[in-house]
Amino acid sequence: MSTPSIESILARHPFFQEIAPAELGAIIEHARLISFEPGRLIFHQGEPAAQLFLITEGKVSLEVFAPQRGPILLMTLGPEDVLGWSWLFPPYRWHLDARALEPTQAIAIDGARLRERCEANHELGYQLMRHSVGVIEQRLQAALLQLVDLYGK
Amino acid sequence: MTAIVASSPTRNLPDPMLPRPFRVQRVRKETQDTFTLELEPATGEGDYPFAAGQFNMLYIYGVGEVPISISGDPTKPHRLVHTTRAVGVVTNAMRQLKRGDMLAVRGPFGNSWPVVEAQGKDVIIVAGGLGLAPVRPALYHVLAYREKYNNVVLLYGTRTPLDILYRREIEGWRSRFDVDVHVTVDRAMHPWRGNVGVVTRIIPKAPFDHLNAVAMICGPEVMIHFTVLELEKRGLAPGSIFISMERNMKCAIGFCGHCQWGPNFICKDGPIFSYEEIKPFFGRRGL
Ligand SMILES: Cc1cc2nc3c(=O)[nH]c(=O)nc-3n(C[C@H](O)[C@H](O)[C@H](O)COP(=O)(O)OP(=O)(O)OC[C@H]3O[C@@H](n4cnc5c(N)ncnc54)[C@H](O)[C@@H]3O)c2cc1C
Ligand code: FES
Repeated sequence: MSTPSIESILARHPFFQEIAPAELGAIIEHARLISFEPGRLIFHQGEPAAQLFLITEGKVSLEVFAPQRGPILLMTLGPEDVLGWSWLFPPYRWHLDARALEPTQAIAIDGARLRERCEANHELGYQLMRHSVGVIEQRLQAALLQLVDLYGK
Repeated sequence: MTAIVASSPTRNLPDPMLPRPFRVQRVRKETQDTFTLELEPATGEGDYPFAAGQFNMLYIYGVGEVPISISGDPTKPHRLVHTTRAVGVVTNAMRQLKRGDMLAVRGPFGNSWPVVEAQGKDVIIVAGGLGLAPVRPALYHVLAYREKYNNVVLLYGTRTPLDILYRREIEGWRSRFDVDVHVTVDRAMHPWRGNVGVVTRIIPKAPFDHLNAVAMICGPEVMIHFTVLELEKRGLAPGSIFISMERNMKCAIGFCGHCQWGPNFICKDGPIFSYEEIKPFFGRRGL
Protein backbone atom coordinates (compact mmCIF):
# COMPACT_ATOMS: atom_id res chain seq x y z
CA MET A 1 0.00 0.00 0.00
CA SER A 2 1.48 3.39 -0.94
CA THR A 3 1.66 6.09 1.75
CA PRO A 4 -0.36 9.18 0.83
CA SER A 5 1.76 12.24 0.06
CA ILE A 6 1.90 15.28 2.37
CA GLU A 7 0.14 17.20 -0.38
CA SER A 8 -2.83 14.82 -0.56
CA ILE A 9 -3.14 14.63 3.25
CA LEU A 10 -3.13 18.42 3.64
CA ALA A 11 -5.54 18.92 0.74
CA ARG A 12 -8.07 16.58 2.40
CA HIS A 13 -7.54 17.75 5.97
CA PRO A 14 -10.40 19.85 7.43
CA PHE A 15 -7.84 22.29 8.82
CA PHE A 16 -6.68 23.30 5.35
CA GLN A 17 -10.06 23.47 3.62
CA GLU A 18 -10.75 26.63 1.60
CA ILE A 19 -7.02 27.45 1.36
CA ALA A 20 -6.02 28.48 -2.17
CA PRO A 21 -3.95 25.78 -3.96
CA ALA A 22 -0.99 28.16 -4.42
CA GLU A 23 -0.91 28.89 -0.67
CA LEU A 24 -1.25 25.20 0.15
CA GLY A 25 1.70 24.54 -2.16
CA ALA A 26 3.77 27.09 -0.24
CA ILE A 27 2.79 25.58 3.12
CA ILE A 28 3.77 22.11 1.90
CA GLU A 29 7.32 23.40 1.38
CA HIS A 30 7.54 23.90 5.14
CA ALA A 31 5.98 20.54 6.05
CA ARG A 32 7.58 17.15 6.62
CA LEU A 33 6.49 13.69 7.68
CA ILE A 34 7.78 12.68 11.07
CA SER A 35 7.37 9.56 13.22
CA PHE A 36 7.64 8.85 16.92
CA GLU A 37 8.21 5.63 18.83
CA PRO A 38 5.83 4.87 21.71
CA GLY A 39 6.96 6.73 24.84
CA ARG A 40 8.87 9.45 22.91
CA LEU A 41 8.20 13.05 23.91
CA ILE A 42 7.06 15.04 20.88
CA PHE A 43 7.46 18.31 22.69
CA HIS A 44 8.23 19.39 26.18
CA GLN A 45 6.70 22.06 28.41
CA GLY A 46 8.72 25.32 28.32
CA GLU A 47 10.60 24.57 25.09
CA PRO A 48 10.19 26.84 22.05
CA ALA A 49 7.01 25.94 20.17
CA ALA A 50 8.18 25.83 16.60
CA GLN A 51 5.70 23.49 14.90
CA LEU A 52 2.13 22.54 14.27
CA PHE A 53 1.49 18.79 14.00
CA LEU A 54 -1.27 17.03 12.09
CA ILE A 55 -1.46 13.49 13.42
CA THR A 56 -1.94 10.94 10.64
CA GLU A 57 -1.51 7.71 12.62
CA GLY A 58 -1.19 6.60 16.23
CA LYS A 59 -2.06 8.18 19.55
CA VAL A 60 -0.58 11.13 21.45
CA SER A 61 -1.16 12.17 25.05
CA LEU A 62 -1.09 15.75 26.31
CA GLU A 63 0.42 15.68 29.76
CA VAL A 64 1.35 17.89 32.62
CA PHE A 65 4.15 16.84 34.91
CA ALA A 66 3.36 17.11 38.60
CA PRO A 67 6.31 16.72 41.00
CA GLN A 68 5.78 13.72 43.30
CA ARG A 69 2.90 12.47 41.13
CA GLY A 70 4.53 12.12 37.74
CA PRO A 71 2.93 12.82 34.36
CA ILE A 72 -0.86 13.31 34.43
CA LEU A 73 -2.63 12.55 31.15
CA LEU A 74 -5.05 15.35 30.25
CA MET A 75 -6.25 14.32 26.81
CA THR A 76 -5.34 11.96 24.00
CA LEU A 77 -5.34 12.85 20.32
CA GLY A 78 -5.44 10.59 17.28
CA PRO A 79 -5.55 10.52 13.48
CA GLU A 80 -6.73 13.80 11.89
CA ASP A 81 -6.30 15.71 15.15
CA VAL A 82 -4.24 18.90 15.19
CA LEU A 83 -1.60 18.98 17.91
CA GLY A 84 -0.08 22.15 19.36
CA TRP A 85 -1.23 25.77 19.35
CA SER A 86 1.61 27.51 21.18
CA TRP A 87 3.41 28.33 17.87
CA LEU A 88 0.53 30.77 17.25
CA PHE A 89 0.80 32.95 20.34
CA PRO A 90 3.72 34.71 22.07
CA PRO A 91 5.90 33.70 23.85
CA TYR A 92 5.82 30.66 21.48
CA ARG A 93 6.63 28.08 24.14
CA TRP A 94 4.87 24.78 24.83
CA HIS A 95 2.59 24.80 27.85
CA LEU A 96 2.29 21.02 28.11
CA ASP A 97 4.18 17.85 27.24
CA ALA A 98 3.07 15.74 24.29
CA ARG A 99 4.05 12.07 24.15
CA ALA A 100 3.47 9.32 21.60
CA LEU A 101 1.55 6.47 23.27
CA GLU A 102 1.60 4.29 20.16
CA PRO A 103 3.79 4.32 17.02
CA THR A 104 2.76 7.72 15.71
CA GLN A 105 3.10 9.55 12.42
CA ALA A 106 2.44 13.23 11.92
CA ILE A 107 3.00 16.04 9.50
CA ALA A 108 5.05 18.76 11.18
CA ILE A 109 4.65 22.26 9.76
CA ASP A 110 7.05 25.09 10.56
CA GLY A 111 5.05 27.44 12.80
CA ALA A 112 7.18 30.57 12.23
CA ARG A 113 6.85 30.21 8.41
CA LEU A 114 3.13 29.67 8.78
CA ARG A 115 2.80 32.84 10.86
CA GLU A 116 4.81 34.80 8.30
CA ARG A 117 2.54 33.61 5.50
CA CYS A 118 -0.55 34.54 7.53
CA GLU A 119 0.87 38.06 8.09
CA ALA A 120 1.63 38.42 4.37
CA ASN A 121 -1.75 37.06 3.22
CA HIS A 122 -4.61 37.96 5.52
CA GLU A 123 -7.09 35.81 3.61
CA LEU A 124 -4.93 32.77 4.43
CA GLY A 125 -4.51 34.10 7.96
CA TYR A 126 -8.28 34.44 8.36
CA GLN A 127 -8.98 30.92 7.12
CA LEU A 128 -6.33 29.35 9.35
CA MET A 129 -7.45 31.34 12.39
CA ARG A 130 -11.07 30.35 11.70
CA HIS A 131 -10.16 26.65 11.63
CA SER A 132 -7.88 27.05 14.65
CA VAL A 133 -10.60 28.71 16.70
CA GLY A 134 -13.02 25.91 15.70
CA VAL A 135 -10.66 23.21 16.92
CA ILE A 136 -9.69 25.14 20.05
CA GLU A 137 -13.38 25.66 20.86
CA GLN A 138 -14.04 21.91 20.59
CA ARG A 139 -11.05 21.15 22.83
CA LEU A 140 -12.17 23.74 25.37
CA GLN A 141 -15.68 22.26 25.47
CA ALA A 142 -14.27 18.77 25.92
CA ALA A 143 -11.95 20.00 28.69
CA LEU A 144 -14.87 21.73 30.43
CA LEU A 145 -16.93 18.54 30.27
CA GLN A 146 -14.04 16.66 31.85
CA LEU A 147 -14.33 19.10 34.76
CA VAL A 148 -18.10 18.51 35.04
CA ASP A 149 -17.61 14.85 35.97
CA LEU A 150 -20.08 13.52 33.39
CA TYR A 151 -20.27 10.07 34.92
CA GLY A 152 -20.95 11.05 38.54
CA LYS A 153 -24.44 10.43 39.95
CA MET B 1 -32.75 -19.33 19.43
CA THR B 2 -35.63 -16.94 19.09
CA ALA B 3 -35.26 -13.18 19.02
CA ILE B 4 -36.05 -11.37 22.22
CA VAL B 5 -38.61 -8.62 21.92
CA ALA B 6 -39.80 -5.92 24.27
CA SER B 7 -42.00 -7.44 26.87
CA SER B 8 -44.98 -6.13 28.76
CA PRO B 9 -44.19 -5.09 32.35
CA THR B 10 -45.87 -8.06 33.95
CA ARG B 11 -44.66 -10.85 31.71
CA ASN B 12 -44.23 -14.16 33.56
CA LEU B 13 -45.51 -12.70 36.80
CA PRO B 14 -48.58 -13.99 38.49
CA ASP B 15 -48.35 -11.15 41.01
CA PRO B 16 -45.86 -8.37 40.33
CA MET B 17 -46.13 -7.16 43.95
CA LEU B 18 -45.05 -10.53 45.34
CA PRO B 19 -41.28 -10.75 45.97
CA ARG B 20 -39.67 -14.11 45.25
CA PRO B 21 -36.72 -15.34 47.36
CA PHE B 22 -33.34 -15.60 45.65
CA ARG B 23 -29.99 -16.80 46.93
CA VAL B 24 -26.68 -15.08 46.19
CA GLN B 25 -24.67 -17.51 44.11
CA ARG B 26 -21.67 -15.30 43.45
CA VAL B 27 -20.37 -11.84 44.42
CA ARG B 28 -17.82 -10.03 42.26
CA LYS B 29 -16.20 -6.73 43.16
CA GLU B 30 -16.08 -4.61 40.01
CA THR B 31 -14.62 -1.33 41.31
CA GLN B 32 -14.14 0.41 44.66
CA ASP B 33 -17.90 0.99 45.12
CA THR B 34 -19.51 -1.32 42.56
CA PHE B 35 -20.23 -5.03 42.74
CA THR B 36 -22.03 -7.71 40.74
CA LEU B 37 -24.38 -10.29 42.25
CA GLU B 38 -25.36 -13.51 40.53
CA LEU B 39 -28.61 -14.84 41.93
CA GLU B 40 -30.48 -18.13 41.79
CA PRO B 41 -34.10 -18.78 42.79
CA ALA B 42 -34.19 -20.17 46.33
CA THR B 43 -37.18 -22.32 45.37
CA GLY B 44 -35.15 -24.04 42.67
CA GLU B 45 -37.55 -22.91 39.93
CA GLY B 46 -35.87 -22.58 36.51
CA ASP B 47 -35.02 -19.69 34.21
CA TYR B 48 -35.55 -15.97 34.66
CA PRO B 49 -36.40 -14.68 31.16
CA PHE B 50 -36.05 -10.93 30.65
CA ALA B 51 -35.56 -8.45 27.83
CA ALA B 52 -32.42 -6.31 27.51
CA GLY B 53 -33.11 -3.08 29.42
CA GLN B 54 -35.54 -4.40 32.02
CA PHE B 55 -35.02 -3.98 35.76
CA ASN B 56 -35.95 -5.78 38.97
CA MET B 57 -36.93 -4.50 42.39
CA LEU B 58 -34.40 -6.04 44.80
CA TYR B 59 -35.50 -6.28 48.42
CA ILE B 60 -32.87 -6.58 51.14
CA TYR B 61 -34.65 -8.12 54.11
CA GLY B 62 -35.24 -5.62 56.89
CA VAL B 63 -33.67 -2.74 54.96
CA GLY B 64 -35.63 -1.83 51.84
CA GLU B 65 -36.24 -2.28 48.14
CA VAL B 66 -34.47 -0.62 45.17
CA PRO B 67 -34.81 -0.78 41.36
CA ILE B 68 -31.70 -2.27 39.73
CA SER B 69 -31.32 -3.07 36.03
CA ILE B 70 -30.61 -6.61 34.97
CA SER B 71 -27.08 -6.56 33.60
CA GLY B 72 -26.74 -10.21 32.54
CA ASP B 73 -27.14 -11.95 29.22
CA PRO B 74 -30.77 -12.22 28.03
CA THR B 75 -29.81 -15.24 25.93
CA LYS B 76 -28.70 -17.04 29.13
CA PRO B 77 -31.77 -16.63 31.37
CA HIS B 78 -30.59 -19.22 33.91
CA ARG B 79 -28.30 -16.57 35.45
CA LEU B 80 -29.82 -13.46 37.03
CA VAL B 81 -27.10 -10.80 37.21
CA HIS B 82 -27.17 -7.31 38.77
CA THR B 83 -24.36 -4.75 38.99
CA THR B 84 -24.88 -2.14 41.68
CA ARG B 85 -23.07 0.92 42.96
CA ALA B 86 -23.26 1.36 46.73
CA VAL B 87 -24.64 4.88 47.19
CA GLY B 88 -27.02 4.73 50.16
CA VAL B 89 -28.87 2.67 52.73
CA VAL B 90 -30.14 -0.23 50.63
CA THR B 91 -27.29 -0.51 48.15
CA ASN B 92 -24.72 -0.43 50.98
CA ALA B 93 -26.61 -3.23 52.73
CA MET B 94 -26.63 -5.11 49.44
CA ARG B 95 -22.85 -4.74 49.27
CA GLN B 96 -22.56 -6.72 52.53
CA LEU B 97 -24.28 -9.78 51.01
CA LYS B 98 -22.20 -12.92 50.66
CA ARG B 99 -22.58 -16.17 48.77
CA GLY B 100 -25.57 -18.06 50.20
CA ASP B 101 -27.32 -14.96 51.58
CA MET B 102 -30.95 -14.33 50.66
CA LEU B 103 -32.78 -11.39 49.09
CA ALA B 104 -36.13 -11.02 47.35
CA VAL B 105 -36.82 -10.09 43.75
CA ARG B 106 -39.85 -8.59 42.00
CA GLY B 107 -39.76 -8.26 38.25
CA PRO B 108 -38.75 -8.07 35.51
CA PHE B 109 -40.27 -4.64 34.89
CA GLY B 110 -40.13 -2.04 32.16
CA ASN B 111 -39.59 -2.07 28.42
CA SER B 112 -36.50 -3.02 26.46
CA TRP B 113 -33.71 -1.54 24.36
CA PRO B 114 -34.75 -1.47 20.65
CA VAL B 115 -32.65 -4.50 19.73
CA VAL B 116 -35.27 -5.75 17.27
CA GLU B 117 -35.82 -2.36 15.60
CA ALA B 118 -32.03 -2.02 15.24
CA GLN B 119 -31.71 -5.11 13.05
CA GLY B 120 -30.20 -4.30 9.65
CA LYS B 121 -28.69 -1.10 11.07
CA ASP B 122 -25.50 0.16 12.70
CA VAL B 123 -25.72 0.01 16.49
CA ILE B 124 -23.95 2.62 18.62
CA ILE B 125 -23.95 1.99 22.33
CA VAL B 126 -22.74 4.91 24.43
CA ALA B 127 -22.28 4.21 28.14
CA GLY B 128 -21.03 6.43 30.93
CA GLY B 129 -19.77 5.13 34.28
CA LEU B 130 -22.17 2.64 35.81
CA GLY B 131 -24.36 3.06 32.69
CA LEU B 132 -22.54 0.15 31.08
CA ALA B 133 -24.42 -2.26 33.37
CA PRO B 134 -28.00 -1.54 32.16
CA VAL B 135 -26.95 -1.47 28.50
CA ARG B 136 -24.73 -4.57 28.60
CA PRO B 137 -27.70 -6.92 27.95
CA ALA B 138 -28.35 -5.05 24.68
CA LEU B 139 -24.75 -5.65 23.62
CA TYR B 140 -25.03 -9.33 24.59
CA HIS B 141 -28.16 -9.59 22.47
CA VAL B 142 -26.60 -7.86 19.46
CA LEU B 143 -23.50 -10.06 19.68
CA ALA B 144 -25.61 -13.22 20.00
CA TYR B 145 -27.39 -12.30 16.75
CA ARG B 146 -24.39 -10.48 15.24
CA GLU B 147 -25.26 -11.31 11.62
CA LYS B 148 -28.51 -9.32 11.92
CA TYR B 149 -26.70 -6.01 12.53
CA ASN B 150 -24.28 -3.83 10.55
CA ASN B 151 -21.49 -1.99 12.43
CA VAL B 152 -21.54 -2.42 16.18
CA VAL B 153 -19.81 0.30 18.18
CA LEU B 154 -19.35 0.57 21.95
CA LEU B 155 -18.20 3.93 23.34
CA TYR B 156 -17.58 3.81 27.07
CA GLY B 157 -16.40 6.62 29.34
CA THR B 158 -15.47 6.57 33.02
CA ARG B 159 -13.73 8.92 35.43
CA THR B 160 -10.47 6.96 35.78
CA PRO B 161 -9.10 3.58 34.68
CA LEU B 162 -9.99 2.23 38.15
CA ASP B 163 -13.68 2.92 37.46
CA ILE B 164 -13.89 0.72 34.35
CA LEU B 165 -16.51 -2.00 34.75
CA TYR B 166 -16.21 -5.51 33.27
CA ARG B 167 -12.56 -5.00 32.29
CA ARG B 168 -11.84 -8.55 31.14
CA GLU B 169 -15.04 -8.72 29.17
CA ILE B 170 -14.28 -5.41 27.44
CA GLU B 171 -10.88 -6.84 26.45
CA GLY B 172 -12.74 -9.83 24.99
CA TRP B 173 -15.07 -7.60 22.95
CA ARG B 174 -12.11 -5.53 21.80
CA SER B 175 -10.32 -8.60 20.49
CA ARG B 176 -13.28 -9.51 18.26
CA PHE B 177 -13.10 -8.17 14.74
CA ASP B 178 -16.78 -7.35 14.52
CA VAL B 179 -17.15 -4.79 17.33
CA ASP B 180 -15.56 -1.34 17.56
CA VAL B 181 -14.77 -0.75 21.22
CA HIS B 182 -13.53 2.63 22.48
CA VAL B 183 -12.92 3.23 26.17
CA THR B 184 -12.00 6.67 27.43
CA VAL B 185 -11.35 8.13 30.87
CA ASP B 186 -11.37 11.69 32.24
CA ARG B 187 -8.11 11.39 34.13
CA ALA B 188 -5.23 8.94 34.03
CA MET B 189 -1.59 8.44 34.90
CA HIS B 190 0.95 6.23 33.11
CA PRO B 191 0.94 3.32 32.31
CA TRP B 192 -2.59 3.92 30.95
CA ARG B 193 -2.30 3.68 27.15
CA GLY B 194 -5.98 4.20 26.30
CA ASN B 195 -7.94 7.34 25.45
CA VAL B 196 -8.24 10.32 27.77
CA GLY B 197 -11.16 12.71 27.20
CA VAL B 198 -14.92 12.68 27.54
CA VAL B 199 -16.90 10.01 25.72
CA THR B 200 -18.62 12.57 23.48
CA ARG B 201 -15.26 13.32 21.80
CA ILE B 202 -15.25 9.87 20.17
CA ILE B 203 -18.65 10.34 18.50
CA PRO B 204 -17.50 12.51 15.55
CA LYS B 205 -15.23 9.70 14.30
CA ALA B 206 -17.35 6.68 15.26
CA PRO B 207 -18.03 4.42 12.26
CA PHE B 208 -21.78 4.61 11.65
CA ASP B 209 -24.13 5.69 8.90
CA HIS B 210 -26.38 8.33 10.42
CA LEU B 211 -29.17 7.43 7.99
CA ASN B 212 -29.22 3.80 9.08
CA ALA B 213 -28.21 3.60 12.71
CA VAL B 214 -29.68 3.26 16.18
CA ALA B 215 -27.97 4.72 19.27
CA MET B 216 -28.55 3.44 22.79
CA ILE B 217 -27.30 5.71 25.58
CA CYS B 218 -27.05 4.94 29.27
CA GLY B 219 -25.45 7.06 31.96
CA PRO B 220 -26.14 10.10 34.12
CA GLU B 221 -28.51 12.63 32.54
CA VAL B 222 -25.82 15.24 31.98
CA MET B 223 -23.80 12.72 29.98
CA ILE B 224 -26.90 11.70 28.00
CA HIS B 225 -27.55 15.37 27.19
CA PHE B 226 -24.10 15.99 25.67
CA THR B 227 -24.08 12.61 23.91
CA VAL B 228 -27.41 13.39 22.22
CA LEU B 229 -26.02 16.77 21.07
CA GLU B 230 -23.04 15.08 19.41
CA LEU B 231 -25.16 12.37 17.80
CA GLU B 232 -27.52 15.00 16.41
CA LYS B 233 -24.48 16.90 15.04
CA ARG B 234 -23.61 13.68 13.18
CA GLY B 235 -27.12 13.77 11.69
CA LEU B 236 -28.74 10.97 13.68
CA ALA B 237 -32.51 11.57 13.94
CA PRO B 238 -34.04 11.92 17.44
CA GLY B 239 -36.22 8.88 16.66
CA SER B 240 -33.08 6.76 16.26
CA ILE B 241 -31.67 7.74 19.65
CA PHE B 242 -32.77 5.77 22.74
CA ILE B 243 -31.95 6.62 26.33
CA SER B 244 -32.47 4.97 29.69
CA MET B 245 -33.95 7.08 32.51
CA GLU B 246 -33.92 6.70 36.29
CA ARG B 247 -36.18 8.11 39.00
CA ASN B 248 -37.03 6.95 42.49
CA MET B 249 -39.47 4.05 42.44
CA LYS B 250 -41.80 2.27 44.79
CA CYS B 251 -44.39 0.02 43.14
CA ALA B 252 -42.66 -0.43 39.72
CA ILE B 253 -45.99 -1.16 38.04
CA GLY B 254 -47.49 2.27 37.41
CA PHE B 255 -49.68 2.58 40.54
CA CYS B 256 -47.96 4.89 43.00
CA GLY B 257 -46.77 7.74 40.78
CA HIS B 258 -43.33 7.96 42.45
CA CYS B 259 -41.48 7.70 39.15
CA GLN B 260 -43.57 10.18 37.18
CA TRP B 261 -41.52 12.11 34.64
CA GLY B 262 -43.44 14.54 32.49
CA PRO B 263 -46.41 12.58 31.11
CA ASN B 264 -44.65 9.23 31.71
CA PHE B 265 -44.19 6.76 34.51
CA ILE B 266 -40.65 5.52 34.10
CA CYS B 267 -41.42 2.09 35.56
CA LYS B 268 -44.25 1.40 33.13
CA ASP B 269 -43.56 3.53 30.02
CA GLY B 270 -39.75 3.23 30.30
CA PRO B 271 -37.07 3.03 31.49
CA ILE B 272 -36.05 3.21 27.81
CA PHE B 273 -37.39 6.14 25.78
CA SER B 274 -36.87 7.30 22.24
CA TYR B 275 -35.35 10.78 22.35
CA GLU B 276 -37.99 11.98 19.91
CA GLU B 277 -40.65 11.08 22.47
CA ILE B 278 -39.08 12.86 25.44
CA LYS B 279 -37.25 15.72 23.71
CA PRO B 280 -39.81 18.38 24.80
CA PHE B 281 -39.12 17.84 28.48
CA PHE B 282 -35.71 16.11 28.65
CA GLY B 283 -33.35 18.10 30.88
CA ARG B 284 -36.11 20.47 32.05
CA ARG B 285 -35.57 21.63 35.62
CA GLY B 286 -37.93 20.25 38.22
CA LEU B 287 -38.99 17.21 36.21
C1 LIG C 1 -34.94 1.76 36.37
C2 LIG C 1 -33.75 1.93 37.27
C3 LIG C 1 -32.63 1.12 37.08
C4 LIG C 1 -31.53 1.26 37.91
N1 LIG C 1 -30.46 0.44 37.70
C5 LIG C 1 -29.39 0.51 38.51
C6 LIG C 1 -28.30 -0.39 38.36
O1 LIG C 1 -28.27 -1.24 37.46
N2 LIG C 1 -27.27 -0.28 39.23
C7 LIG C 1 -27.26 0.66 40.24
O2 LIG C 1 -26.31 0.71 41.02
N3 LIG C 1 -28.27 1.52 40.40
C8 LIG C 1 -29.35 1.47 39.57
N4 LIG C 1 -30.40 2.32 39.77
C9 LIG C 1 -30.29 3.32 40.84
C10 LIG C 1 -30.64 2.68 42.17
O3 LIG C 1 -31.98 2.30 42.18
C11 LIG C 1 -30.37 3.68 43.31
O4 LIG C 1 -28.99 3.94 43.38
C12 LIG C 1 -30.85 3.11 44.61
O5 LIG C 1 -32.26 3.14 44.63
C13 LIG C 1 -30.31 3.89 45.79
O6 LIG C 1 -30.88 3.34 46.96
P1 LIG C 1 -30.16 3.46 48.38
O7 LIG C 1 -31.15 3.10 49.41
O8 LIG C 1 -28.89 2.69 48.38
O9 LIG C 1 -29.78 4.99 48.43
P2 LIG C 1 -30.56 6.14 49.22
O10 LIG C 1 -30.19 6.01 50.65
O11 LIG C 1 -32.00 6.12 48.83
O12 LIG C 1 -29.88 7.39 48.54
C14 LIG C 1 -28.49 7.66 48.68
C15 LIG C 1 -28.07 8.69 47.68
O13 LIG C 1 -28.25 8.20 46.34
C16 LIG C 1 -29.10 9.07 45.61
N5 LIG C 1 -29.97 8.26 44.75
C17 LIG C 1 -30.94 7.45 45.13
N6 LIG C 1 -31.53 6.89 44.07
C18 LIG C 1 -30.92 7.38 42.99
C19 LIG C 1 -31.08 7.20 41.59
N7 LIG C 1 -32.02 6.43 41.07
N8 LIG C 1 -30.24 7.87 40.77
C20 LIG C 1 -29.31 8.69 41.27
N9 LIG C 1 -29.12 8.89 42.57
C21 LIG C 1 -29.90 8.25 43.42
C22 LIG C 1 -29.89 9.82 46.64
O14 LIG C 1 -30.31 11.08 46.16
C23 LIG C 1 -28.90 9.97 47.77
O15 LIG C 1 -28.02 11.05 47.54
C24 LIG C 1 -31.51 2.23 38.93
C25 LIG C 1 -32.64 3.05 39.14
C26 LIG C 1 -33.73 2.91 38.31
C27 LIG C 1 -34.92 3.78 38.52
S1 FES D 1 -42.85 3.33 40.76
FE1 FES D 1 -44.96 3.48 41.20
S2 FES D 1 -45.69 4.40 39.40
FE2 FES D 1 -43.63 3.99 38.89
